[in-house]
Amino acid sequence: MSDCVKSWAELPDLPDSKGHFGVYGGLFVAETLMAALDELRIAYEKYQHDPEFIKELDKDFQDYVGRPSPLYHAERWSQQLGGAQIYLKREDLNHTGAHKINNTIGQALLAKRMGKTRIIAETGAGQHGVATATVAARLGLECVVYMGAVDVERQAQNVYRMKLLGATVIPVESGTKTLKDALNEAMRDWVTHIDDTFYIIGTVAGPHPYPAMVRDFQSIIGREARAQCIEKTARLPDALVACVGGGSNAMGLFYPFMRDESVEMYGVEAAGDGLETGNHAAPLCAGVPGVLHGNRTYLMEDENGQISHTHSISAGLDYPGVGPEHAWLKDVGRAHYVAISDDEAMAAFYALTQIEGILPALESSHALAYAMKLAKTMSKDKNIIVNLSGRGDKDIHTVATRDGIEF
Amino acid sequence: MSRIAATFERLKSNNRKALIPYITAGDYTPELTVPLMHAMVEAGANIIELGVPFSDPMADGPVIQKAAERALEHNVSLRDVFEMVKAFRMQDKRTPVILMGYLNPIEAMGYAEFASAAANAGVDGVLTVDMPPEEGGECIPLLREQGVDPIFLIAPTSTAARIASLVSNASGFVYYVSLKGVTGAGHLDVEGAAEKLKSIRQVTDLPLGVGFGIRDAETAVAIGKEADAIIVGSAIVKKIEEGAGNPALITANIVAMLSSIRGALDQSIPN
Repeated sequence: MSDCVKSWAELPDLPDSKGHFGVYGGLFVAETLMAALDELRIAYEKYQHDPEFIKELDKDFQDYVGRPSPLYHAERWSQQLGGAQIYLKREDLNHTGAHKINNTIGQALLAKRMGKTRIIAETGAGQHGVATATVAARLGLECVVYMGAVDVERQAQNVYRMKLLGATVIPVESGTKTLKDALNEAMRDWVTHIDDTFYIIGTVAGPHPYPAMVRDFQSIIGREARAQCIEKTARLPDALVACVGGGSNAMGLFYPFMRDESVEMYGVEAAGDGLETGNHAAPLCAGVPGVLHGNRTYLMEDENGQISHTHSISAGLDYPGVGPEHAWLKDVGRAHYVAISDDEAMAAFYALTQIEGILPALESSHALAYAMKLAKTMSKDKNIIVNLSGRGDKDIHTVATRDGIEF
Repeated sequence: MSRIAATFERLKSNNRKALIPYITAGDYTPELTVPLMHAMVEAGANIIELGVPFSDPMADGPVIQKAAERALEHNVSLRDVFEMVKAFRMQDKRTPVILMGYLNPIEAMGYAEFASAAANAGVDGVLTVDMPPEEGGECIPLLREQGVDPIFLIAPTSTAARIASLVSNASGFVYYVSLKGVTGAGHLDVEGAAEKLKSIRQVTDLPLGVGFGIRDAETAVAIGKEADAIIVGSAIVKKIEEGAGNPALITANIVAMLSSIRGALDQSIPN
């Protein structure tokens, strides 16, 4: 526990009015974006507590997304591991197959109220792109999704899904041709079409108010999980585990538990080929603070401040930065950040598939892999909630290729 | 008096506009940069804007993005950029040099070291695209202490309140972005820019520079009516790309372009 916070129950409510989480977060953007971010912040402050807005969001969560998502006790797997009981928060059962839609629904409802007619988004694995194209289709809004050219290759099915939903997918050929470059390109689109366009960022990063707003929309995960856990076990969980790329599914799960003294939190980054190889995507475990994409946070960069190439088997974790609230939680010690390699994640993917009959996304497999390790260190009467943030169908090609299989 | 203030004063007394070309340091090769800076001054440039290459140039269009990528292929760092400015200063002590770039390389170096290294190298101003005054509380005073002007962008969407805050933090000159978009975009809004410049004039005595989307003599003259300085970036960087590593060709093309803009600007002003 850090010196400035005596008890987790007294954790301050962040961000501050300028969007800072301690020294992290903030509003590091070109002046060309300032007015749009101001407009967004004012609209969000207005509607986040508006009863009509909340009512519409809740209704969509229930009837369109399929919430609440179940909290499933993975009994057989827990028994085989021989330690703590593992509960899976089944975000993979949401409409479109991941937690991403919780946020895109919220932001799209906001866009509608702001009178915006055009939606843009960036995507890595394609899950956020699909979730954005989905809500845009439903609301009859034009939708443009930016996706790194490398990701377009490795997530061909999601690209096609977005096209079926009526979105235009633009492959981004600049930089490393992955998620960070897609984000740059979406920002460039936004400054150019600032009057009619709403930018739906898919994670808890970016300039204020995105980190707080996306966290708030995703925190339905933690609110449900907290109530479901108490209902099933008559107490709070002992630990939470979630994978962290930008960190939205983790913030969504963690946030409602932040002031629960007894609940440990573990964010799991992608160690790729191993932290020691440099081929990874683990800024919290192996990066330094810096400024990228509108906020100060931990980054993977070289000694000159150039952003490094990242690697993970999972496109959704392949990002050199992380949400600023995670950076702050790391520094104050409220959450622990660990890393899981490609190989470890694959082992967890096979384990869950074969033991529980659930194909997890490769992103979520990182959280599962860490939960396997953690469970073994805890007694059988302890409970761990793992955020099963997405389903693995989109990753079948990646897994098959690794197994030497061609369709 | 700073080199930037002296330059604007001299030009004003001659009833001339400042011409500010932009190139990315280290593009096409690090060896090209300093000779090209001298050639641009010869061709009529009054201030040089030197881009510090960054891996994620969010506010730049494709032309300047590619320039940064070319420079980064040579691993051009902030330290290398300071060396280039030092080399330029060996021959030219009069022409102001402004660095334009993004915050992360500066954060990696540390604000204090950056400010003193910039001053030592002979840098006159720094425009950090993603550091608005609100986030510059630590960096801006360090730059001022070293006599380096912090320069800020004003956008077509900037409100009156923000303009007031921006000009109160700025020195040297104010950089007005003439369109809603990224550098090098094609939809210049001449009338909108003229209106906005008039409103900015009411709250500051600083010279007003205009950039983003100015690509030739015609657009420079149109924008120049209300501005004190014309900034030309992507159109020049495009010549570097087209020259494909032939220094003589690149230099000749850029000199021809700047001479044409210089001539048109000077002619457009009645004596």
